[in-house]
Amino acid sequence: MKPKHQRLVLVVLALAVLIGAVLLAIWGLRGQASYFYVPSDIASDPPETGRAVRLGGMVQEGSIQTLPDGVTVAFVVGDGKATVPVRYTGITPDLFVEGSGVVADGRLDADGTFVADSLLAKHDENYMPRELEDMSKEQAKAVVAETTAQ
Amino acid sequence: MHGFANPARFLRLARWMTPLLLVAGLLLAGGALVYGLFFAPADRLMGDTVRILYIHVPAAWLGMGGWTTIAVASLVELVWRHPLATIAARAAAVPGAVFTAICLATGSIWGRPTWGTWWVWDGRLTSMLVLLFLYFAYLALANAAQKDGVGAAGTGGSRVTAIFGLVGAINVPIINRSVVWWNSLHQPASITMGKSAIDPAFLWPLLIAALGFSLLFGGVVLARMRAILADFQAEARLRRRAMRSEALGQVTT
Repeated sequence: MKPKHQRLVLVVLALAVLIGAVLLAIWGLRGQASYFYVPSDIASDPPETGRAVRLGGMVQEGSIQTLPDGVTVAFVVGDGKATVPVRYTGITPDLFVEGSGVVADGRLDADGTFVADSLLAKHDENYMPRELEDMSKEQAKAVVAETTAQ
Repeated sequence: MHGFANPARFLRLARWMTPLLLVAGLLLAGGALVYGLFFAPADRLMGDTVRILYIHVPAAWLGMGGWTTIAVASLVELVWRHPLATIAARAAAVPGAVFTAICLATGSIWGRPTWGTWWVWDGRLTSMLVLLFLYFAYLALANAAQKDGVGAAGTGGSRVTAIFGLVGAINVPIINRSVVWWNSLHQPASITMGKSAIDPAFLWPLLIAALGFSLLFGGVVLARMRAILADFQAEARLRRRAMRSEALGQVTT
C-alpha cells in the first residue's frame, strides 16, 4: 500500500469513528436539546405545577380571546395530537396570529392552564407576498402575468 | 487534479480569475440587494422585515460553505500533501468567519421583530454560534502554526490545523439538520431538494444574491491565496539572501 493510500484509509477510519461518536452524542441529547415541549409531551408526561417549562405549538384557529382586562390573552396551543390552554399578559409579537407557531415560557397552574411569562412567535418556512395571499393559485398567476412586462 | 496543484499554473489562472470573480460578484450581489431592498414585494406576515432575507440566507450558506471548503482542502492536504490545499484552507477561513458573523448579526436583527427576541439558545442558533467559535479557533491555530515557523505545507503545525479543519466539519451537517432533529424557534428549511416554500418573487433575487456572494467569496479566497503565496516567495527570497550574505561574510573574514 502506498503511503498516500495508508493516509487516506487512516483519515476515513478516524472520520467514521468521529461521526459515530457524534451520532451517539446527538442520540443522547435528543430529549434535552429541544428548545421546547409540544402539547403531546405535556399530555403524556405532565410537569409538576409551578415548574418552569417552555411550550411550543400552533395557535388553534378561533381560540384567541382578549380577556376583559384588555392586556391578557387566552388561547389554545395544539400540535395535532393534544392541546393546552394558555394565558398570557403582555404585548404579543407581530407574528402572533391564529394558525401560526408560538413558543411560550411559563408554568402550568393547578387547573391545567399554562400561564406564560413570555411569548415568542415562530415563523414557518413559507414566504409569500402580501398581495397574493388571499388569492387562489390561478388568480395569483393571472395577476403576476398581467403585471409583468412581456 | 495534479495539474491545478502546480503553484505556477495556479497563479497564472488566479491572476485573471480574481478580478473577474470580484467584479461579477459585486455586480450580482449588489444588484440583487438593491432589488431586494427597494423593489421586491413585502411578506404577508413579516412585511418589509423580509428584505433581510437577501443577506441573511446567502451569508448562512457561505458560512457553512467556507468550512466545507476548509474540510475538503484539509483532507487533500492530509492525504495527498498538496501545498496549495493548505493555502486554500487558510484562505477560506477569514471570509467564512465574516459570513458566519453577518449571518448571526442579521439573524439577530431579524429575530427581534418577527419572533420577539434577539437571541434564543435553540439548536440552530447555538450550532451557528459554535461555527463562528470554530472559525476563531481555526484562525488562532493556523496563526500559531505559522508563527512557529512550521506553517509551511506538510509540517507538523500545519497538519494539526488540517486535522482540526476536518474534525470541525462535523458541525456543518449538525447546523443543517438542527431544525429537523430538535424543536427549535428557527423555522425548518424553506428550500430543499428541488422544492421551495419561498414565493418566486422572493426566490429569484435570493438565488441571484447567493450566486453573487458566492463569486465574491471565491474572489476573496483566490486573492488571499495569491497573497499567501507571495508571502512565501518573499520569505524564501529573504532567507536565500541571508544565507548568501552569511556565506560571503565567512569568506571575507
